[in-house]
Amino acid sequence: MELTINGTKHQVDIEPDTPLLWVLRDELGMTGTKYGCGLAQCGACTVLVDGQATRSCVTPVESVAGSEIMTIEAITEDSVGQKVVEAWVANHVAQCGYCQSGQVMAATALLKQSPQPTDEDIAGAMVNLCRCGTYNAIAAAVRQAAQA
Amino acid sequence: MNEMTPIASEIMSSELGKPFKLSRRGFLGASLGALVLGVTLPAGRARAQAAAATITPGTRVAAFLEIRPDSTVLFRSAFIEGGQGIFTAMAQIVGEELDVDPANFVVEGAPPGPDYLLTGGGRFTGGSMSVRMSYETMRRLGASARQMLLQAAAAQLGVPVSELSTEPGRVVHAASGRTIPYGEIADAAAGLPVATEVALRDRADFRWIGKPVERLDVRDKSTGKAQYAIDLKVDGMLYAAVQHSPRLGGEPGALQNEADVRGMPGVHSIHRLQGAVAVVANSWWRARMAVEALQVTWTDAVGTAHAMPADFSTEAHMAKLKAATGNGVAYETEGDVQSALTSAARVVEAAYDAPYLVHGQLEPPSALARWKEDGSLELWIPNQAPEMFQAEAAKLAGIAPEKVIIHSPMLGGFFGRHFLYQTANPFPQAIQLAKAVGRPIKLIWSREEEFLRDALRPMAAVRFRAGLDGNGMPIALAAVAAGEGPTGRWFGRQPDKVDSSAVEGIAGKVYAIPNRRVAHIHVDDPAIIGFWRSVGHSMNDFFYETFFDEMADAGQQDPYELRHRLLAESPRHRTLLEAVAELSGGWKRGPFTAEDGTRRARGVAMASPFGSEVATIAEVSQRQGEIIVHDVWVAIDPGSIVNPAIIEAQVNSAVALGLSSALLEEVVYVDGVPQARNYDGYPILTPDRMPRVHVRIVESGAPMGGIGEPGLPGVPPAVANAVSVLAGKRARSLPLSKLDLKGVDG
Repeated sequence: MELTINGTKHQVDIEPDTPLLWVLRDELGMTGTKYGCGLAQCGACTVLVDGQATRSCVTPVESVAGSEIMTIEAITEDSVGQKVVEAWVANHVAQCGYCQSGQVMAATALLKQSPQPTDEDIAGAMVNLCRCGTYNAIAAAVRQAAQA
Repeated sequence: MNEMTPIASEIMSSELGKPFKLSRRGFLGASLGALVLGVTLPAGRARAQAAAATITPGTRVAAFLEIRPDSTVLFRSAFIEGGQGIFTAMAQIVGEELDVDPANFVVEGAPPGPDYLLTGGGRFTGGSMSVRMSYETMRRLGASARQMLLQAAAAQLGVPVSELSTEPGRVVHAASGRTIPYGEIADAAAGLPVATEVALRDRADFRWIGKPVERLDVRDKSTGKAQYAIDLKVDGMLYAAVQHSPRLGGEPGALQNEADVRGMPGVHSIHRLQGAVAVVANSWWRARMAVEALQVTWTDAVGTAHAMPADFSTEAHMAKLKAATGNGVAYETEGDVQSALTSAARVVEAAYDAPYLVHGQLEPPSALARWKEDGSLELWIPNQAPEMFQAEAAKLAGIAPEKVIIHSPMLGGFFGRHFLYQTANPFPQAIQLAKAVGRPIKLIWSREEEFLRDALRPMAAVRFRAGLDGNGMPIALAAVAAGEGPTGRWFGRQPDKVDSSAVEGIAGKVYAIPNRRVAHIHVDDPAIIGFWRSVGHSMNDFFYETFFDEMADAGQQDPYELRHRLLAESPRHRTLLEAVAELSGGWKRGPFTAEDGTRRARGVAMASPFGSEVATIAEVSQRQGEIIVHDVWVAIDPGSIVNPAIIEAQVNSAVALGLSSALLEEVVYVDGVPQARNYDGYPILTPDRMPRVHVRIVESGAPMGGIGEPGLPGVPPAVANAVSVLAGKRARSLPLSKLDLKGVDG
């Protein structure tokens, strides 16, 4: 199976129903994408599939063969992603940081689709869980990134 | 209050060679003879004592600091970073005296060792203790290192030390205009004896302490580069997943489909462990698929400590706690509460309760174990106490503690999750599996296994009685709490004494009520219980501060005004209460109509957790039976501070977790098994329910208190008090989602 991840093609020999998350982490060594719940509850595993925020823990890898997959490893190579990262740093968003890969990916997907999001847009898109409660800083960082 | 000082004091007493009388029930089974805390292993005791005799923790510069050729600093922190910002705080504290910009620090968790026993003679990251326990010591360490650099520079330049000064990262000889970067003299300085006579900087000259210095880890954590235990990999590693017995105490019997599972893709081997089965495979997903496919017959083993009864239910256990009778063992007494209650004009009574909670940190537990050819064992494990884990691992592995190398990676949240708890840590399984297969093993617990084996915040029930005088002023307060505290569970409980972790937050309150009695009835908790952010305070301040409002209402007093009056002799607390009122725009209880037309109310609460003082106000409304918390105002007085930005972040975090517990969280057991095994059955706070959080830091100059936990305890009572105003009925049981708000105006 051929996967296009961060612009690079990878050949993987894997059961087709394997979640994309575990292909990234265990087969390709890309551990920036996190395992949190495995049930699409928390969003720590969020990646972009053809620009859409996607929870990779419940995404069978066969369903994304032929798609453009973007992970946190390439975030600073993306102009929107770079803005998001700078806003995340400026707002001191991260605490434990474990959910933040997914948060940054979700924010990047939002700003690619809605460069000037309303507060409702932000609330609708930024739904990943954060046990450290960085939600206010996340919202502030998304607003700042939109203005950058 | 509790602050886990019992742990620190136990470690200290063991170092003094006193007979060790800690609970043997704890940690990994009843059969253990040896013990729990790193320095106390019988095999290691003599060595530890010898080492402790020659090493004063926190003084040997080389154990902590490595100044690299580029003048950046590698710092080994005694405390583990898990989101609380301790690595940044350490860089600020040490950098201030060393004269190195904290931004030029790289900080990592220190290995086990006598140099790092900075928590009351032991070592753990918890109890909101890290900064306040090490602040002076770490400043001196930085100053010692700076002095050594000055001496090395003096030798190199051939000038007296008195002619030298420093600028960030370099020594300056003003007379000649010469400068030497630290990196160029680091080796020479390291060869000098540690300077002990050092002056510390004047507080007025601080450049970094007290400033909102940027977190050192913020960029790595924003770009996926931060590495947690779950992310690590070593050569030749295989992956493992487990399926635990649904009830603790079950042992794997027959595996009906073992042959089929052995044939599944990537499967290396199948293993029977204590209370679990494991599959080792060439990826974690394959290991997980295989182990969950295993059809296991679980049989009850005899003698498992805290084996879960087949008929256990939280409902029945709560009924048992509520039915606990008697006056209990007194923990705090003042005056004569019985006489005062008898003579009171009015007596108010109420009973409160709170449920089990899971930690719910986003990083599932894992352990990476590698046996080396020389017989030593290397472990990468999420942990809050490296020496304790080292000692336990050594015992399990049958090797000396110094043969166990512990790496303590960044924690993906902890909140008390990564202490050493019987059956709640994956590393014993990883050690065993790595031995069995002869290769390194990374074991990850799925979220479902984590919900099954987490150490729970205990449940508790409390009965209050208060006496009011003819003016409605409280003259007596009696409280009897029932349950079990985590400190007693893991560090030994004396039957005639109250475990302070069970009553902190009911005891230790600051109001001038002349007659008080706070007591506890111990009831064995059938579950594996643990420390959860703010420990006993996480529920006890809810109990007390909501009952306080009941007293106020019964005496026809405004709850804010009553608190204010009862703090007349306590200026620090009164100032803080006034500060939070001012921060919120002036106290008003409501109900009132907000600009958006919603009907709202506010509640107030105070707490004295972990050496800090906190006052909290919350504003709530309700919509279709769901409580909405709009704003939370927190005034916090930790005495003095290191990083106001991190404090604000920690208060935000504590508000989120406190609110999550107040509104939503509850572990329910039926027939000995937890009903929720993932976040779908155990909702936690979502972004849409996060209130605005307003923080005011008050530096009273009192002895430094903690930061990580103190923001939490005031949140549930402030919210519950507001909800009670809105609903016109008291909320006495958590979570508040159980409260029926039908018929309450929106």
